[in-house]
Amino acid sequence: MTQSFRLKSGGLINRDKKISFRFNGKKYFGYEGDTLASALIANGVHLIGRSFKYHRPRGFFGAGVDEPYAIVQLYRNGETEPNIKATEQELFEGLEAKSVNCWPSVNFDVGAINNFLKIFLPAGFYYKTFMWPKSFWYKIYEPFIRKAAGLGTVSIKHDKERYEHKYEYCDVLITGSGPSGLASAYSAAKNGAKVVLAEDKSRFGGTLLTSDVNIGNQSGKEWADSIVSELKEMSNVTIKNRSQVFGYYDHNMLVMSERISDHLPKTKKYHPKQRLWYIRAKEVLISSGSIERPIVFGNNDTPGVMLSSAAKEYMKVYGVLVGKKPIVFTNNDSGYETAIEFKKNGVDPIILDTRKEPQSEIIDEAKNMNINIKNSYVVVAAQGYKKVKSADIAKISDDKEKLGSVENIKCDCICVSGFWTPTIHLASQSGNKTKFNEKIDAFVPGTSKQNEKTLGAANGIYTLEETLKDSFEKGNQLSKEITNNDNKVSFPNVVEKKSTVHDKFWCVPLPKGKNYKRFLDFQNDVAVSDIEIALKEGYRSIEHVKRYTTLGMATDQGKTSNLNGLQLVSKIENKVVPAVGHTTFRPPYSPVSIGAIVGREVGKHSKPTRKSPMHSWHEKNNAVFVDAGVWLRPRYYKRGEENLFEASKREAKNVRTNVGVCDVTTLGKIDIKGPDAAELLNRVYTNAWLKLPVGKARYGVMLREDGIVMDDGTTTRISENHYHMTTTTAQAANVLSHLEYYLQLVWPELNVNVVSTTEQWAGAAIAGPKSRDVLQKLFPNSDVSNEGFPFMGYMEGDLFGVKARIFRISFSGELAYEVNVQSDNGKFMWEKIMEVGKEFKIQPYGTEALSTLRIEMGHVAGSELDGRTTPYDNSLEGLLSKKKDFIGKRSLSREAFMANDRQKIVGVVPLDKKTSIPEGSHLVKDSNAPLPNPKLGYISASCWSVEHNNPFSLAILKDGKNMIGKKLFVMSPLKNKVIPVEIVSSHYVDPKGERVRS
Amino acid sequence: MLYIKCPHCGMRSQNEFSYGGDATIKRPELGKEISDQDWDNFVYNRKSLRGKHWELWQHISGCRQWIKVERDTATHEIFKTLKANEEISL
Repeated sequence: MTQSFRLKSGGLINRDKKISFRFNGKKYFGYEGDTLASALIANGVHLIGRSFKYHRPRGFFGAGVDEPYAIVQLYRNGETEPNIKATEQELFEGLEAKSVNCWPSVNFDVGAINNFLKIFLPAGFYYKTFMWPKSFWYKIYEPFIRKAAGLGTVSIKHDKERYEHKYEYCDVLITGSGPSGLASAYSAAKNGAKVVLAEDKSRFGGTLLTSDVNIGNQSGKEWADSIVSELKEMSNVTIKNRSQVFGYYDHNMLVMSERISDHLPKTKKYHPKQRLWYIRAKEVLISSGSIERPIVFGNNDTPGVMLSSAAKEYMKVYGVLVGKKPIVFTNNDSGYETAIEFKKNGVDPIILDTRKEPQSEIIDEAKNMNINIKNSYVVVAAQGYKKVKSADIAKISDDKEKLGSVENIKCDCICVSGFWTPTIHLASQSGNKTKFNEKIDAFVPGTSKQNEKTLGAANGIYTLEETLKDSFEKGNQLSKEITNNDNKVSFPNVVEKKSTVHDKFWCVPLPKGKNYKRFLDFQNDVAVSDIEIALKEGYRSIEHVKRYTTLGMATDQGKTSNLNGLQLVSKIENKVVPAVGHTTFRPPYSPVSIGAIVGREVGKHSKPTRKSPMHSWHEKNNAVFVDAGVWLRPRYYKRGEENLFEASKREAKNVRTNVGVCDVTTLGKIDIKGPDAAELLNRVYTNAWLKLPVGKARYGVMLREDGIVMDDGTTTRISENHYHMTTTTAQAANVLSHLEYYLQLVWPELNVNVVSTTEQWAGAAIAGPKSRDVLQKLFPNSDVSNEGFPFMGYMEGDLFGVKARIFRISFSGELAYEVNVQSDNGKFMWEKIMEVGKEFKIQPYGTEALSTLRIEMGHVAGSELDGRTTPYDNSLEGLLSKKKDFIGKRSLSREAFMANDRQKIVGVVPLDKKTSIPEGSHLVKDSNAPLPNPKLGYISASCWSVEHNNPFSLAILKDGKNMIGKKLFVMSPLKNKVIPVEIVSSHYVDPKGERVRS
Repeated sequence: MLYIKCPHCGMRSQNEFSYGGDATIKRPELGKEISDQDWDNFVYNRKSLRGKHWELWQHISGCRQWIKVERDTATHEIFKTLKANEEISL
């Protein structure tokens, strides 16, 4: 293929480096420095996709971020990505792209039938059409719409690329490197301010790359290059291309996405694909420029109709002609610059100017070049299906209401200029109250809420001289206040062509008898007629009109359609545009990849992994791990071909008959010190704590102020003013914050300090009838007899030279001890326990066996203390002190908490003693009752009782205290199970608690 | 993301803090008789103000101190921050 639309010379591309790429399977060539769009246009390709709703052919409309049409599916290094703008994607060797939203191909698209059904697809048609019958939605409507609509396919493969996050703090952040961005960055940098200058495109300079101006005896581009190279040398300046500031958040934090590798065939080793910057700036200068607005006319979405500024950019930056028989349709002088550029490149354009007799320097230049100019002329409609072939044009009356006779002229592109819309997205996101500027028919930033100022075209300033003056000054002024330096930059001499006022005309009336679609929103296919219908149907607020018609709701967020939509609504409603108001701008300015937002917090990195000091031993001994919060805990230790059920049963049984050891390092531990420590515990826990002797542990329950159980655990008095508190694994952080809250804010008079020691201690629970034998072997010199070391006792011991804390506490309901040593000695302790326990048949047990043991004992844990249950519900009412007040006590005397038939924990056994009961199932009286079957309670935890050798569950059951012995049904619609059960005591094993005291 | 001045550590990003609700709520004294209504007001009832609001934050990934922050709930402007033991002047 030849690049038949490539100019012989010119542009900023590197003609020495030819690049091959594929589009829809066909091979093409472009040059280094091209975008996918410029390379396709160079090859004469203008059909790039199909529109969202009507599947009309789509070409190119812009040359950058504002592009509504040219969205492709990109293939790069074995990965695929949807929603890529061809106008932004830089060309690289081997690039592959495909059209989206068309099937089977872009040239023959079945969905294009919608174009002929368009009278049936008016505004809000999804809402109107697919309402009923309801059952059709899932089976017919939704799958059909899904297939027909959409902007590409998301890969379901794991993304191998790396994305990074970076935090940056600076004095001045400048968004955009056009004339205003460069000037302000330069003067701020000269004052020594820490400057970040971000440019969305790959080339710095913005409009300086395409406009015919002279600054300080240099061309615009030369001046930009010299400023950029000077800024790059300055250590206080960070200057980034391919970096878009897309969001302006609270307290001057802005987020920028840097595309580091997207322009390369493959990401370099150790490089990220993209980097997300969180930038906290003292001052923000918004220099995001402006976007040309289209003029609305019939079939204005036909491929070949595009923005006049884009046509100029394709010529000046890429050396590419968008057409060889162009019409320039304009209401201002910008169109003339494009026409002049065409003429300079040997192409004869026709200018249609809606103005009657405009006069300016630029217009004179066009006239002198013998360009064909037709004043008071408009394009009525574009003709051609997959590409513009001709244009219907007509003279328009002075009041812009009546068209003259329509004539048809041949052309291959129509370059439209409807004047300029400032890019106020960032300013608006920051909370700036925008105002309407009559002179330019557009909104500009008004009163700032945060430290932000807008410069140049983004602020509605369209002359270079004024822009540069203002920007040099603002950059200097803001940085001066931060750095106290005042290094004035001398203002360069500026030469630019003078232009005259634009015409406020924006929409061509329909000729008699014609019903052309005149599009406002090119990506969502919203036409003038859709807005008219919405208003007729009574929609008034612009926010409602937007949602009903989807105007401006596509991925381009209406960059080219917003203002024309507002003008139309204001015209029909007979209001001025500022009275209609604009819709809210929200981040991101342009789509950002999910990968960049997530950063490195993917998979295993999404949260830290905490491991106990004994982790390597567990690994070596076939532990199968489970996530417990951020901890990895052994779930069971696999022997041979055992499964989870068999292994946990074996482990639990061994605890009941011999002795087992469990890693309990993950339990939360809080060190509490101070003369008022006992008083704090007495207020935090529901039971009495003032008389706990040194060397004793006590079980405690703490409530929230609303009377709901927050956590439970044992706390041990280590010495006079020193306590060791344990919490459940899950609540460790919350309990610490809870204690800090009361100590710092509510009772600052209490002289107590608390600190987390969870990671400082490694813990092992030794449980089972033979646990005392193991303990004696571990601490041969200590008296561990029942008398010498009774239940809930505490002592310190010497574990083969290592200092240990020994607690006689039990979670399993067996005779049990917990040994703590400093974390570094954890593995040593564990190995010693295994070594001395060998003769007593010790086995390690995991969380599954741990659960089994506590469930059949009726000990409550996280699944019962779920933030919805009271002490009574958990049968913990015996721990409520009547003599003292404590956190949450007052709530317990509220009516519902004292109801006679309140829920309570019970045991549940299946009548057949075989069927296991799924956790979360409901308990009902009658399994055949019509739905909704009244729920009496729910299964909180289930196990296979090793003591009774049958399934056993705990449940929270309404009126539980009077339900023992009753027969109910467990229903699990999820598992499709109905199980007849008997309600029993929650204490299924050793109800008197004799074993722990043995 | 808010930028909060911790009275102990200086300017820090919001993600180092956790939110703790209305700072003007005073816990009733322990052991004192209190009506159901007053207790409900302490536990549940909050004003959900639009505008200036004194609230608690804990510098959870920093000094772990609870602090008092005067913030505009609509604009997120932060006017003042205080240590836990400093009194709010309304």
